[in-house]
Amino acid sequence: MTATTLGAEQVGAGGGRNLEAGGPRKPRGNRATEPGRSLGWKLGVVAIVAYAMFPVLWILSLSLKSDATIADGKLIPREITGQNYRDIFTSGEFVRPLINSIGISLITTLIAVVIAAFAAYAIARLDFPGKGLLLSGALAIAMFPPVSIIGPLFDMWRVTGLYDTWPGLILPYLTFALPLAIWTLAAFFREIPFDLEQAAQVDGATPYQAFRKVILPLALPGVFTSAIIVFIFCWNDFLFSISLTSTQNARTVPAATAFFTASSNFVNPTGQIAAAAIVVTVPIIIMVLVFQRRIVAGLTAGAVKG
Amino acid sequence: MTTTTDAGSRRIGAPEPSGRKPAKRSTDRAQAERRLGIKLAAPAAILMLAVTAFPILYAIWLSLQRYDLRNPDDKGFVGLSNYLLVLGDGTWWTAVGSTTLITVVSVFLELVIGLAFALVMHRAIFGRRTVRTAILVPYGIITVISAFAFAFAVAPDTGFLPGSVDPLSSTGGSFATIILTEVWKTTPFMSLLLLAGLATVPEELQEAAKVDGATAWQRLWKITLPNMKGAIMVALLFRALDAFRIFDTVYVQTAGALNTQTISGLGYNALVSRVNLGLGSAISILLFLMIIAIAFVFVKLFKTNLGTVKGGD
Repeated sequence: MTATTLGAEQVGAGGGRNLEAGGPRKPRGNRATEPGRSLGWKLGVVAIVAYAMFPVLWILSLSLKSDATIADGKLIPREITGQNYRDIFTSGEFVRPLINSIGISLITTLIAVVIAAFAAYAIARLDFPGKGLLLSGALAIAMFPPVSIIGPLFDMWRVTGLYDTWPGLILPYLTFALPLAIWTLAAFFREIPFDLEQAAQVDGATPYQAFRKVILPLALPGVFTSAIIVFIFCWNDFLFSISLTSTQNARTVPAATAFFTASSNFVNPTGQIAAAAIVVTVPIIIMVLVFQRRIVAGLTAGAVKG
Repeated sequence: MTTTTDAGSRRIGAPEPSGRKPAKRSTDRAQAERRLGIKLAAPAAILMLAVTAFPILYAIWLSLQRYDLRNPDDKGFVGLSNYLLVLGDGTWWTAVGSTTLITVVSVFLELVIGLAFALVMHRAIFGRRTVRTAILVPYGIITVISAFAFAFAVAPDTGFLPGSVDPLSSTGGSFATIILTEVWKTTPFMSLLLLAGLATVPEELQEAAKVDGATAWQRLWKITLPNMKGAIMVALLFRALDAFRIFDTVYVQTAGALNTQTISGLGYNALVSRVNLGLGSAISILLFLMIIAIAFVFVKLFKTNLGTVKGGD
């Protein structure tokens, strides 16, 4: 592996902001030639991968076991069955929440990212009063305990008919999704060399062309990353979902799986919960696999200034 | 301020070289910029105010009322009596204790493990990409799902523990399981924040110390950690605030049994299960105040510079 590729990795991980810190590092090359030390780091890598994957593997194992063997305590199933998956997709206890989860999370993500993109562009590029207030206000909201607004929302939604509806969940999700999106987007937009826009216009591009051909391609990765982070946030929510829904009408997967346990008492629901867990986890893992570098950059964006 | 320089470089064609207090023509432009800025930021600001500031004010108002939905006609202003009722109740203090215990222990473990992970990710050459991908898996998994995963793993029937051990049947075992789940789920986030901090530690210092004969351990304590103190404090603050509002894991694993109830759980029970909006709002406002206090302690006492969090502005 050459020093150049290492440098590139480093830039990706640092959110693109640590260009100086992420340059080719010769000392690291030297380190690789010390066999004992490099073995130690390799073991570290293996340990971290095991740490991250082990619970996923045992959930996968449980989801593939039949009712008869689910309690055998073995990590590798003796026989593999798809029964749990068939059960959750035919019971109706899972399909509707899955649709709710996908729909609510996608709509929230779309709204949040569009509105946040305007605000983040203004924060990154324009000088206007209240900019600091907007950023610190967003940070304050992100740190806010969700349970603090459950009571008022419960009361208002009851009266306005938003209780147990999609908008009834989308609105509170936006509260927390917007700050998240504004923060990550502002951090990404700050990295865009906006002088390029001027350069393009000097070269004869119209303002619109300059925006579309120069700035937009540079901004899109950041927008996309923020969208993934916001989506994962909505996908993960549990408290709002169990508090502001009462039926399959708007209940999302996390809340629905928690109620699997209570409803089917005649048979151990473990296998079905495990199967549901795998179904909602695999897409996220694939997304994370594909966009790994960007997500790392987005999560740490602005957290530590290089 | 980055913005000033941005604005300055964009006005490169303008005659004023200083750019901070420009003459008339630029002032017009600055005003136009200001107007555009406000216009672009307004939708986000208004929406956040509407869905957060209003509910919070409403929650404060609710917390001063006697308002139980099972008895909606008996409604009225009761001053601070909801707060006095909460603060005089043992379950509140149990919840404060268990929330604090979970927060302190799990954030401490996350810092230690997260730092080790960050060092591996920073130094490892082989498998660098693999490890950064793997570490995002716990982050991407729904909290409720990870809570189930660990609950199943320690359960006597479906679990992998030897014999008929059942951690979730004792207080100590319950806390251990909850903390283990929290640590597993959130250490990756901590380690990524720390990794970003590690990247800012000057490599030259490390090399100089190495030349001077410092051991790896000495370099960690004397160079790496002091130089990334800012990143560590920010990571601790973020995680502490997040851990303190823990709800999902406890709800799934113990439902608050065996004295593991947390403040968020207590608030949820009062608000949603018992539909006592007055009392529940008092609990949630108290939690809100505690979160503010934690943030205040970090910012003032530990001099955590949130300016660095904001990326400079």
